Amino acid sequence: MESGLTILGRRGVKFVTKLGGIFLMLGRFLVALKELPRSLGLVFDQLYTLGVKSLPLIIIISVFVGAVAAWQAAYQFKFIGAPLRYLGQAVGKAVVIELAPVLSAIVFAGRVGAGVTAELGSMRVTEQIDALESMGISPIRYLVMPRVLACLFMVPLLVVFAIFIAILGGLVVSVIGVDVSSETFLNGFRNSFQIGDFINGMIKAAVFGLIIGIVGCYEGFHTRGGAQGVGLATTNSVVISSVLILVFNFIFALILFRV
Amino acid sequence: MSDALIGIEGISKRFQTLEVLRGVDLDVNRGESIVIIGQSGCGKSVLLKHLVRLLEPDEGAVTFDGVDISSLTGRRLIEMRRRYGMLFQSAALFDSLTVAENVGLGLTEERLHSKTEIDSIVREKLDMVGLTDARDKNPSELSGGMRKRVGLARAIAGNPEVLLYDEPTTGLDPITADMINDMIVDLHQKLNVTSIAVTHDMTSAFKIADRIVMLYDGRVEFDGSPDEVRNTSNEVVRQFITGSAVGPIQVR
Ligand SMILES: Nc1ncnc2c1ncn2[C@@H]1O[C@H](COP(=O)(O)OP(=O)(O)O)[C@@H](O)[C@H]1O
Ligand SMILES: [Mg+2]
Repeated sequence: MESGLTILGRRGVKFVTKLGGIFLMLGRFLVALKELPRSLGLVFDQLYTLGVKSLPLIIIISVFVGAVAAWQAAYQFKFIGAPLRYLGQAVGKAVVIELAPVLSAIVFAGRVGAGVTAELGSMRVTEQIDALESMGISPIRYLVMPRVLACLFMVPLLVVFAIFIAILGGLVVSVIGVDVSSETFLNGFRNSFQIGDFINGMIKAAVFGLIIGIVGCYEGFHTRGGAQGVGLATTNSVVISSVLILVFNFIFALILFRV
Repeated sequence: MSDALIGIEGISKRFQTLEVLRGVDLDVNRGESIVIIGQSGCGKSVLLKHLVRLLEPDEGAVTFDGVDISSLTGRRLIEMRRRYGMLFQSAALFDSLTVAENVGLGLTEERLHSKTEIDSIVREKLDMVGLTDARDKNPSELSGGMRKRVGLARAIAGNPEVLLYDEPTTGLDPITADMINDMIVDLHQKLNVTSIAVTHDMTSAFKIADRIVMLYDGRVEFDGSPDEVRNTSNEVVRQFITGSAVGPIQVR
């Protein structure tokens, strides 16, 4: 019989090993950056495939996120008796600093992070990564670096789209459902908009992109055992990056947005 | 140290609790064609991967041309690897690239040749494996035998000194397998290389080897010429080449 403590101990070791591996992957990515110039073509390929892949989903989700944010804000305003002319401000703030970065990142993790892991994972189990290495081509430079960079740049870019579309969604709901004029809503948004919030949102988005790329590649590289292994790695990739995104988001809240 | 091209000196390798290699010693001389035989799962692929440092031994060392390969870093590691060509068990073609791009990738990334030079090298290598017309196909459109031949063309693209084959005939029908065997023999002579193949296919082993090594229980059990293999009194080897379930080898 194994004691609970032994099992807990082994889980702990596994967790620490994984975290260490993810940090190692980050280090190897940073080292590979010095060969960026010769890999620019690969980076552009990835920017295109990874970015374009997730744009439609981001658009659909952002419309509804903005819409529900406006509706819920109006509901709460009514409850506390706040004037509805502040609706644009409330929705704007929430979208720019929290909703757009976090939700886009989670969607990106589920769509692109999972895809990266599945692709690299199946390359691992079919020995394609070994083949690259045996040919004297660094898989970190050839596979990891372009994908991580693409995530790092695409998440902030998608967040800009998401903000734009979500505000539009909020606007439509305000005008049709809450009876706030578009002028009032947009004025509120404009008055509350601070460039600092936007920049902080972008910084968060970039870090989330980095997390998704590194975790996605790490899980893909450490896939073992056929199709089942690829499925497992893909699930792990989404779960780990989503958790890390939310943890880091909280840390960012404490650092960037002081109460 | 001997004057062997490749020296495998007492290497051991374990994965967690599984001891795969337990002190393998083997010298490979320049120009030899060695076949390493052994049961599925006995560590043949693991051994092969140690030669180009895709895996590193827990104990022991691998030398290439007199140099301990664990001491190589950066450019020198890459240069060592480029002196090898490797055909993987499942061919390991890059499925995002065409046949021609697969064969030319090593050269493209090496950045020593112009695009037209690479084109003509790729054409030449595809001719050698009889796949001149497949250059623009995707790997997913190819049969198992064709994939192996593309893998072969890719392995020889950089004019390596040593060719490694991981189960070159496994999973192929007997006729295609024989064609691959002929190609391996042919390339060995034409390209003036050292060849190391691992397999459990005895027909293939007898056809391509001038020396056969049997891996058993994590060590080298037998090392001799094909004739010595046929006439051996070693029970383990006899059981393996006759393909019998009865004998010292435990079927797992
Ligand atoms: N990277 C690895 N991690 C863990 N176990 C491995 C790894 N590579 C191979 N093994 C195990 O080592 C043993 C030998 O594998 P292999 O060399 O592929 O056998 P074969 O002789 O059929 O080529 C197998 O049991 C395999 O599961
Ligand atoms: Mg094998």
